[in-house]
Amino acid sequence: MKAAVIVFPGSNCDRDIQMALKNAMGSDPVMCWHGDSELPDVDLIAVPGGFSYGDYLRAGAIAAHSPVMKEIINRANKGVPVLGICNGFQVLTESGLLPGVLMRNAGLNYVCKDVHLSVAAVDTVFTQGYDENQVIRIPIAHHDGNYFAENNILDDLEQNDQVAFRYVTAAGDMTGDANPNGSQRSIAGVLNKQKNVLGMMPHPERLAETDLGGIDGKPMFDALVQALN
Amino acid sequence: MKAKIHITLKSGVLDPQGKAVEHALGALGFSGVNDVRQGKYIELDLVENDVDKAHTQVDAMCRKLLANTVIEDYSIEISD
Repeated sequence: MKAAVIVFPGSNCDRDIQMALKNAMGSDPVMCWHGDSELPDVDLIAVPGGFSYGDYLRAGAIAAHSPVMKEIINRANKGVPVLGICNGFQVLTESGLLPGVLMRNAGLNYVCKDVHLSVAAVDTVFTQGYDENQVIRIPIAHHDGNYFAENNILDDLEQNDQVAFRYVTAAGDMTGDANPNGSQRSIAGVLNKQKNVLGMMPHPERLAETDLGGIDGKPMFDALVQALN
Repeated sequence: MKAKIHITLKSGVLDPQGKAVEHALGALGFSGVNDVRQGKYIELDLVENDVDKAHTQVDAMCRKLLANTVIEDYSIEISD
């Protein structure tokens, strides 16, 4: 399996996802600068977290029009899996690859803590290493993670199994308190219709080895290697 | 020509920053504020001299980059 990690000015989780992928794949992913209009032939494209372009205008808005994005959209439309984490999720919604938008957190604060997620869709290359409704602990660190879409779009997402993760309590209950940012219907991650593009605010790459304090994120990378090797 | 663009959240979209400003105004003793909606104001200096063409150009800019029409409305004012 070959993977590319996209690097924007202001990306700061590109090395974390590089390590998580390297540990799972046994080889280094290719680091690709956002200004490149071509991408190597890869089986997975990762759009990392951070603050691309300083979050100017709107988080992810300017990165969504980087030269490399045209090729990412092209590959995604051909079925290549694309994983966007945190700022990567914001970039994917701004580029139109995923529906909805990530607004300012309802509490207005930057939130950095571990949260619990329920895995809502398991029939994907990203999530097949988890059980349906399995509760996992994954860190979040964001200011703009409040997922919003019109009600009819949210209904479609739920009907098509495009909601990948939801914020829940440790016991798996969807409560207002377990929702850290005001996201509509507690949505933490969404897929496109074809299920080859996943965007999520939580950071699975930050809990993917025991030295980091947990491995709840690791099954995602192992599943990708299994599916794409 | 100059373009003045106002970008605001669509009605019905919750505006947590507006709410915080509203509470702060209340805390400062400014009563009588029913609601606060916060937005963005952008000025462009354009090469185009034709009002209609300028409007068309700026409209495309708003749709492609300056506003996110999932949650935002925009209004454009073109002047000399």
